[in-house]
Amino acid sequence: MTNEELKQYISALFPSVTYDETGEFLNVLIASTELRPIVQSLRQDDALKFDFLFCLTCIDWKTNLMMVYHLLSKTHKHIVVIKAKIADVVKPEIETICDIYQTANFHEREVYDLFGVNFKNHPDMRRLLLDENWDGYPLRKNYVDENMITI
Amino acid sequence: MSLLGEDIVTEEGEFVINIGPQHPSTHGVLHLKVWLDGETIKKVQPHLGYIHRSIEKMSESLSYRNFIYATSRMDYLSAHINNQACALCVEKGLQIEAPPRAQMIRVILAELTRLASHQLWWGCTGLDLGAVSPFFYAFREREAILEIMEETCGARLTQNFCVPGGIMTDIHPNFQKRTNDVLKQIKSKFQEYDDVLTGNVIFENRNKNVGFLSAEDAISFGCTGPMARGSGVSCDVRKWFPYDGYDKVQFDEVLGKEGDCFSRYMVRMHEMKQSVSIIEQLIDNIPEGDFQAKTKMVLKLPKGEFYQRVETARGELGVFIVSDGAASPYRIKYRSPNFSNLSALDHIARGYKIGDLVAIMSTIDLIIPDVDR
Repeated sequence: MTNEELKQYISALFPSVTYDETGEFLNVLIASTELRPIVQSLRQDDALKFDFLFCLTCIDWKTNLMMVYHLLSKTHKHIVVIKAKIADVVKPEIETICDIYQTANFHEREVYDLFGVNFKNHPDMRRLLLDENWDGYPLRKNYVDENMITI
Repeated sequence: MSLLGEDIVTEEGEFVINIGPQHPSTHGVLHLKVWLDGETIKKVQPHLGYIHRSIEKMSESLSYRNFIYATSRMDYLSAHINNQACALCVEKGLQIEAPPRAQMIRVILAELTRLASHQLWWGCTGLDLGAVSPFFYAFREREAILEIMEETCGARLTQNFCVPGGIMTDIHPNFQKRTNDVLKQIKSKFQEYDDVLTGNVIFENRNKNVGFLSAEDAISFGCTGPMARGSGVSCDVRKWFPYDGYDKVQFDEVLGKEGDCFSRYMVRMHEMKQSVSIIEQLIDNIPEGDFQAKTKMVLKLPKGEFYQRVETARGELGVFIVSDGAASPYRIKYRSPNFSNLSALDHIARGYKIGDLVAIMSTIDLIIPDVDR
């Protein structure tokens, strides 16, 4: 499906979502509470069949955090980007999707480690790359590294 | 995380051992905590981060010309291909394209990198499973490739030859002749590789029916590269989303069937032959012209998000740049192939014997700096 067809198809399934078509892929902006039902039906719907989560990351926009999920369909060869805004930057939380895509397990742990987003119902929510006693979340824009020397 | 000493035997009677971070078979500083019932693996828990340098954070304060060099240190065996991914992503943002000459040289160097990487993997796989000689056979040809790299790029391992808009300098006058010589040499040695290792009974027994990964799981775990192709999942970025003129060369995507260690091994062996064929098609047809497009001194990407993927020797590397219009990226994410491939390790290894873990690890072909970034 082309981006335009995808947009129409997804609109029919979920009327509440909004779109951003400035980039190369179709960006679907959703509420963070809707994540699981939307991703589940994107994966299961025969016409969409988004079975490959190839990138999962987070962007810190200072006033909010944005979870970004890049999905690809191996059968239909189309791509969609799901974006869920998390308004609470002090205690960010979102549902896990690691039972839908197993690769999300490590990627979510990485996001937890570097951004501090807590994934609800994740089976193993521990830091992945940094030490367990590490203070703060390095990829957040307000992170201050005392040891960093600017030359 | 408990290191050595704690919880050696669990309540269920499972024995917990630590493999690494300084174990040769993990090919770097990876620490695996393994739960064993007798010799059978019950659970594997990778502990990462021993070589985490936060390249993503570093890149946020570097310019679009400079951040590329840090990526050579991620998957150091595919350094050139990592650079290519970043250069392509910046080009996508700037809406420019490298001149045909630069594109072709990039592809030739990328395939040489793939050959060198697979040769090192082949030697190390033999070494892991108790065969010392393949290592020397593999390094003989790898050395010849690295000498070409040294002559043209000025470095053997971290080439840093790709820049946004093309390549850094033109190729060395000897490049074509030397590459042709090396190709001839490598082609005559494939049979030798098979004679030394592929048909060996001990080697086959340790790899066949070990480390099974089904196609569905490979997709679900986000596996790419030879690991997913060994399970029959078509995922070659060069075919799916061609870049730098890969759509103009003839080559086959190698797919395995069984999904075991031996299948992954065979995929890489055939991929080497495909790489040779790609270089052969291009090496004598490099077009004349510029090697770099004209770009501004300070690069600024327009506001927006850009995603570029390439096929490294280990799978799909994705570079995701979020730009706010400044001279350095607002956020950059490297979707590294090894990170996703490693996440499948626990699933693959369960139920096999501890000795099989070495075979599984070596056919996943992990590069730890790429996992940790």
